[in-house]
Amino acid sequence: MINITFVASDGERRKVEIEEGETAREAALYNDVPGIDGDCGGVCACATCHVHVDPEWIDKVGRLTDGSMEADLLQFAEGTTEFSRLACQINMKSILDGLVLHVPDKQY
Amino acid sequence: MDSQIAEPDAAARIASIPIEEIDVARPSLFQNDTIGLFFDRLRAEDPVHYCRESHVGPYWSITKFDDIMAVDTNHKVFSSEAKLGGIAIQDMHSAEGALELEMFIAMDPPKHDQQRKAVTPAVAPSNLQLLEPVIRERAGEILDELPVGEDFDWVDRVAVELTTMTLATLFDFPWKERRKLTRWSDVATAAPETGIVESYEARREELIGCAMYFKTLWDERINEEPKNDLISMMAHSPATRDMPFLEFLGNLMLLIVGGNDTTRNSISGGVLALNQNPDEYAKLDSDPSLIGKMVPEIIRWQTPLTHMRRTALEDWEIGGKPIRKGDKVVMWYLSGNRDESAIERADQFIIDRKNPRHHLSFGYGIHRCMGNRLAELQLRIIWEEIHKRFSRVEVTGEPERLYSNLVRGITRMPVRLHAR
Ligand code: HEM
Ligand code: FES
Repeated sequence: MINITFVASDGERRKVEIEEGETAREAALYNDVPGIDGDCGGVCACATCHVHVDPEWIDKVGRLTDGSMEADLLQFAEGTTEFSRLACQINMKSILDGLVLHVPDKQY
Repeated sequence: MDSQIAEPDAAARIASIPIEEIDVARPSLFQNDTIGLFFDRLRAEDPVHYCRESHVGPYWSITKFDDIMAVDTNHKVFSSEAKLGGIAIQDMHSAEGALELEMFIAMDPPKHDQQRKAVTPAVAPSNLQLLEPVIRERAGEILDELPVGEDFDWVDRVAVELTTMTLATLFDFPWKERRKLTRWSDVATAAPETGIVESYEARREELIGCAMYFKTLWDERINEEPKNDLISMMAHSPATRDMPFLEFLGNLMLLIVGGNDTTRNSISGGVLALNQNPDEYAKLDSDPSLIGKMVPEIIRWQTPLTHMRRTALEDWEIGGKPIRKGDKVVMWYLSGNRDESAIERADQFIIDRKNPRHHLSFGYGIHRCMGNRLAELQLRIIWEEIHKRFSRVEVTGEPERLYSNLVRGITRMPVRLHAR
């Protein structure tokens, strides 16, 4: 099991567990973490699973790749930063144990 | 009330049509609501279907959820470009005398991306919530005027009225003249064949009138303090305030057109679906907190836009079929939204589904509907206000459907209201 902490926009922290090989989106949905909608089913097609990776973790998670579908979609999301990623594109592996993700105020 | 199918043995007849002769572009199939039977066959027998001859020329039909998703998210191969034919099964044409407004829904990157980015903040959910109280109050006023216990046409008195009201509120459009918005939206998407305009000349003249009207509003708003309406926001935002006027107009019309028949038909479609599924209506009545989940289910069920079309920019394969460069590829959202392999009990209307937003009605990928949360917000408010006032909106006769292969519309629907 791998731990992830989701931090809501009001600062509330939720620690959840997920199996290796699943994604951060699934970790949020299985545990009803508010603010992660994930409308498309996790196939990088809707941008409603937008998260801000905690700066401490961004190098391990990796940044957006220019020209990728993920980057194409995120350019239209509200409140993106250099730490923005789509949770469905973050595959959970052991080096990400303890990951901290910040949930934006709104998804659409 | 159960079945919409006018012809009793339609199912047997449709089952016997040779598969290669199936042409789902015929608007009459949508008007008589037999289209679902055709899509059931295509999904089962030939999910990526080529139609060689039709009134819109040859085209591919993509009918399964996952295949549709694959096309919608592959904008590098499947183009939305107006000059290649655009986004509907019927090619966009530049007929003589037509005034073509450029809209980013029918553009590819990079132009699409620039324009969409500029306009997006105007419909950001955080901004829209500020408009909620006004939309709610005005919806209440419209509903309070309605007669209780007698038959009337829901479409004209309620669905059109509520949609026009929300549009007028979003743009802070002069209230007394609000039906102009609905008219311009109809005209902008009209071809003379529809009877909405007499000729392309007439259409052009009306649209120029519309352009001048918006120019006046723009000039007014730019000289006032910024407000929450979409015109004021576009007039003041650094991303949009220096837009050439025609570009601004194209974007503005896209926001109006995008939210007009889609919202109108979702309002009517929801009433019809609840009447056809009395158990679901009972669920709603005993627990109005389900409205938040019911709204996306209504949008799935109705599928206000039956399809979006793309043009292949290179040879490609979908479901084992060879798509050639230049081919017309139609993603039938209405079919994908009934695909059992992606949606559990897809043929049933269930207002408390687990993942109600997992549907195709808003498309996916870079063109995914920009107004999707706005559409949900409007419908949620409207249903909350309906629920407060009426224990039932009873459909009292056969609804009439629109003759169109693109807009899944209800044109007339007699109802009777029961007071709470
Ligand atoms: C239930 C109501 C609605 C439905 C079913 C709907 C459906 C759609 C669909 C299918 C697309 C194209 C997706 C694609 O090509 O992949 C779209 C795009 C769009 N819609 Fe909506 N729509 C609705 C309401 C609205 C509203 C209220 C607005 C107004 C803000 C709006 C504005 C737009 C815009 C601007 C686009 C173009 C997006 C782009 O090309 O990037 N829509 N919509
Ligand atoms: S769930 Fe749709 S993009 Fe991540």
